Amino acid sequence: MNWGSTAEFFEMGGYAFFVWGSFGVAAAALVIETILLRKRRSSAIVELRREIAARSKNGS
Amino acid sequence: MSNRLINWFRFSSPQTFYPLAGKMLPWFIVLAIAFGIAGLWVSFFVAPVDAQQGQGYRIIFVHVPASWMSMFLYVVMAAWAGFGLAFNTRLSSMMASAIAPTGALMAFLSLWSGALWGKPMWGTWWVWDARLTSELILLFLYLGFIALQAAIDDPRRADKAGAILALVGVVNVPIIYFSVKWWNTLHQGASVSLTKSPSMAQAMLWGMLLMALALWMYSIAAALARVRAIMLERERHAGWVEELPEMRA
Repeated sequence: MNWGSTAEFFEMGGYAFFVWGSFGVAAAALVIETILLRKRRSSAIVELRREIAARSKNGS
Repeated sequence: MSNRLINWFRFSSPQTFYPLAGKMLPWFIVLAIAFGIAGLWVSFFVAPVDAQQGQGYRIIFVHVPASWMSMFLYVVMAAWAGFGLAFNTRLSSMMASAIAPTGALMAFLSLWSGALWGKPMWGTWWVWDARLTSELILLFLYLGFIALQAAIDDPRRADKAGAILALVGVVNVPIIYFSVKWWNTLHQGASVSLTKSPSMAQAMLWGMLLMALALWMYSIAAALARVRAIMLERERHAGWVEELPEMRA
C-alpha cells in the first residue's frame, strides 16, 4: 500500500493536477463516448420505426 | 466433421453480424470493466512510487495504454478498410468507420496525458519532437478519415476514398514506433519492447498491461456498438432491418 491517508492519495505527492487531469479526462472521454453511442443507436431506431410506420400507412 | 466447421463468411454480411455483435457486446463491456478495476488497483495501490518522478509517473498507466491503442487501432482500421477495398465487402468498410472515432479518442488521450506528464517532468506541455509530432499526425489522420467519409454522400464511394487515406497513413505507425530510435527525441525510449526484458518494476509493467487490456476490450465494445448503429443507418431499406425485434414498438 502506497498511501498513509485518503488525503495523501488525492494529493499524489504534489502531482494531483497532472495525474488526476490525465485519469479524469480519460474516464470522462470513455463515459461521453458511451453516451454518444447509446444516443446514436436510439435515434437510428426511432428514425427507422418512423419510416416503417410511414411505409405501412402508405400500403407499399 | 465438415458440419462442425464454422462458415466465417456467413458473418461477413450485416444481416448475420448485427445479432452476433449484439451478443458479443456485453462480454467485452464486462471484460473492460474487470480489467479496468484490476488495472487501476495495480496502478495506484500496488505499483511502488518512482525513484525519480515520485507519484507523478503514474500518468504512465493511462498514457502508454492509450498510445498503444491509438497505433494498434489505426492498423486494424486500415486493415478492415483495405479488405473492404479489395473484396468489396461492405461490412469490412463499416468496421473501419466504426473504429475511427475510438482511435481518434485514444490518440487524443495519448497527447493529452503526454502534455500533462511533460509539464512537470520536462517543463513544457509540448515540443515539436519526432515522437510527439508523429502522434499528432496520427490524430489528424483519424480526423481526416472521419471528415473525408462525412464529406462524401454515397457511402460506398466514401468507403473507398477513406480506405485509400487509411492505407497511405499506415506508414506513420512505424514512424511513431521507431521515432525514439531514429531521431534524438526529448521523449524517452521504449520502456517495454518485444526484443529485450522491460526496464521497469514488475508491478508497473502489470499495471500497464492490465490498463492496455481494459482499453483494448473497451475499444472492441465501442467499435461493435458503433458498427451496429452504422448498420441500422446504412441498411435502412433492407428487409432484415425492418424485421429486427427492436423495430417493433
